[in-house]
Amino acid sequence: MRRLNLPLSEEERMSLKAGDAVLLCGEIYTARDAAHKKMHEALARGEELPFNIENAVIYYVGPTPAHGGLAIGSAGPTTSGRMDPYTPELIELGLRGMIGKGRRNEAVKEAVKKYKAVYFVAVGGAGALLSHSIIKREPVAYEELLAEAVTKLTVKDFPCFVGIDCEGNDIYDLDERVPGRD
Amino acid sequence: MIVDMKEISVKKIEDAIASMCRDIAVTASPDIVSAFEKAANAETNEKSKAVLDILIDNARIAKEENIPICQDTGMAIVWIKAGQEVHFTDGLVNEAVNRGVERGYTENYLRASVVDDPLYERKNTKTNTPAVIYTELTEGDRVEIEIMAKGFGSENKSALKMLTPADGEEGVIEFVKDTLLKAGPNACPPFVIGVGIGGTFDSCAVLSKKALLRKLDEHNPDARYAALEEKLLTMANELKIGPMGFHGRTTALAIKVENEPTHIAGMPVAVNVCCHVCRHAKAVIE
Repeated sequence: MRRLNLPLSEEERMSLKAGDAVLLCGEIYTARDAAHKKMHEALARGEELPFNIENAVIYYVGPTPAHGGLAIGSAGPTTSGRMDPYTPELIELGLRGMIGKGRRNEAVKEAVKKYKAVYFVAVGGAGALLSHSIIKREPVAYEELLAEAVTKLTVKDFPCFVGIDCEGNDIYDLDERVPGRD
Repeated sequence: MIVDMKEISVKKIEDAIASMCRDIAVTASPDIVSAFEKAANAETNEKSKAVLDILIDNARIAKEENIPICQDTGMAIVWIKAGQEVHFTDGLVNEAVNRGVERGYTENYLRASVVDDPLYERKNTKTNTPAVIYTELTEGDRVEIEIMAKGFGSENKSALKMLTPADGEEGVIEFVKDTLLKAGPNACPPFVIGVGIGGTFDSCAVLSKKALLRKLDEHNPDARYAALEEKLLTMANELKIGPMGFHGRTTALAIKVENEPTHIAGMPVAVNVCCHVCRHAKAVIE
């Protein structure tokens, strides 16, 4: 399995193909529904985002609280589609990777192609196993959102698949049959 | 007339719920894990097989290390089936249920996933309460409690349709198929699907949720509906959505149908989609 050290260069991103199994290493940010809404509102007010979005990777996750000195609790992906309304704007500003599960809409796919970003999919409902690949978690913003707060994670060999590659190929459309299109 | 009432303290309900919340969050039920193993053995698609192996490993890690199977530890749905001869003491049943859920979630590092107001404030209540509570009266002097911790990736893909009598079995199968296709990879297949047929708009939805409480190998007692469950399962797996939507063989682990009487003019059908983390437990207080 191919190991990818974050942040990825454009050349590295362009070498990825939908369906590739990869292991991610490096720093990523957590943000899901409420945090995306807040970031969108911050941008609308002309304010800065709470972290440097340039070449960043966002993981759509709302983990369970950590116990016994662990870095994090259960931490699998949530459904990415709910973040679709906010995603093209973030990609335009520099976001180059997303980790989640499920389909993205055409606007996200277009932005991924245009800016040579990449969408990764992790296994939903495997939060205990995925927590083993998260070695550090630091607060960043919106702590009042609890599980939905923006945090910085350091991941090591985080297993996922390339979901949508720079050419717009989609892991869910690789076969002839294309079920599940919303 | 003197009626002998059996006294049951609501504290027993609170304790039972607190411990079930913890158990179902970290321990996958054995029937689900064996269904993963069976599906993994039958799988020929490489990515789908990898997904199932990850889910089997995940269930083991969750149990061994006391880490929730999934970070969406769900919204608690609780059924209290109380015998008519029971007299509850030490407070209100609904408050005891919510205290049990709060303790279960806050004392065991489970995620608080409930917001107070659905549309405007959306402020997290921090306790994972309130739970959704259904109460039913039964005969006797015992209390049966069933709890489900329902994740919303799959709940979001559930659907209800008011079919007409003329739609028949074919209409039911089409609607379930349509719902599964819309759920696709987003709702964490392989699914467990609860189907409610009959009743009214509201009761039909509850029926579809109750169907999820059955064990994977437990079929509808009516042979016609049991056969329908088989037909639906075959249809689902022919869709080739597969584990996590990677086109493998197993789209659903089981499809459970519950039926109840309905109006001459109608045939409500509800499809409650559940991800592979189908968590529920039962306790009896005597």
